[in-house]
Amino acid sequence: MEQHQTISSLERQYIVLTQRGLPLCSKPYQALAEQLGISVEQTLAMTNSLLERGIIRRIAAVPNHYKIGYTFNGMTTWDIQDDKAIEYGEKIGQLDFVSHCYLRPRHLPEWNYNLFAMIHAQNKSQLDQYKAQIKEILREVLQTHQGKSHQVLNSTKILKKTGLRLNKKTNTQGLKETTNV
Amino acid sequence: MKAALKTPQSNTPIELDALDKQLLNLLQKGLPVCEQPFLDVATQLNSDEKTILTKLQTLLDNGVLSRFGPMFDAACLGGAFTLAAIEVPEERFVEVTNIVNSFAQVAHNYQREHRLNMWFVIGTENSEEITDVIQQIEQKTGLPVVNMPKEHEFFVGLYLPV
Repeated sequence: MEQHQTISSLERQYIVLTQRGLPLCSKPYQALAEQLGISVEQTLAMTNSLLERGIIRRIAAVPNHYKIGYTFNGMTTWDIQDDKAIEYGEKIGQLDFVSHCYLRPRHLPEWNYNLFAMIHAQNKSQLDQYKAQIKEILREVLQTHQGKSHQVLNSTKILKKTGLRLNKKTNTQGLKETTNV
Repeated sequence: MKAALKTPQSNTPIELDALDKQLLNLLQKGLPVCEQPFLDVATQLNSDEKTILTKLQTLLDNGVLSRFGPMFDAACLGGAFTLAAIEVPEERFVEVTNIVNSFAQVAHNYQREHRLNMWFVIGTENSEEITDVIQQIEQKTGLPVVNMPKEHEFFVGLYLPV
């Protein structure tokens, strides 16, 4: 389902140059254009093309959710009907408070949840409210296995948190994963 | 193992002024694609470009923003990722944490309230390396690793207003 995207060598250079962030100056695309050896118009067109093709998800600020007061986080996991999983997963991903949303394999009998959604809240009651909101959306596709249809795994401690570093010698040198867990 | 756990970077909430908040809310939604995007942002927030750029640099420096710029679809960039979990006996928790964290391919690791009480993300260049890392963790800890690679990723429109 994840089609492989073809990226030109100039686009690859664009990625390498911006993987740590966009230059913080008045004309960031001009700065980028100079490094790429192309015009600012071409750089803007390349940016739009990367956006349209989904290679760039968006150009935005990613907050550290703890530092802006979202200190209540939970990994919610749900057991939903396989034939409806994509349709309903999309609905959950669209919620503002969901930072990651995936389908993952079940490991029966002990792990029956296939939909994972990471949620972020400012307090306990908001966290519970968000959880209830997801449950309501999934109501008709929730399945029950050994009496349980969902589970929230609160994190009690961050044991390690670093960027994912891919040290590629060839095409994508030093690419860092850009999502924020 | 005697070593204590290393604490990750401080995550204490930081005081934000009204403009910081407006900026955070607006820029989580996205930056316009044009020659002077920060001028555009400044106009929207009744501020000036220089103030916006200074504010943004401060928010990056003090860690309120973990990143600012294009967010690339990791799948397009190559590499392989998985989420894995282990049921760790309480008395072995520190020892197992140190083993798991010692792998450079382990990017995030969280203790969670469940029978499977340790959850971590592995990022490598290819799927063979994932299998290899999992086998090594199983050998060094003597505990089975539950591997849960993503089967489908949903686009998220994360927005945390402040």
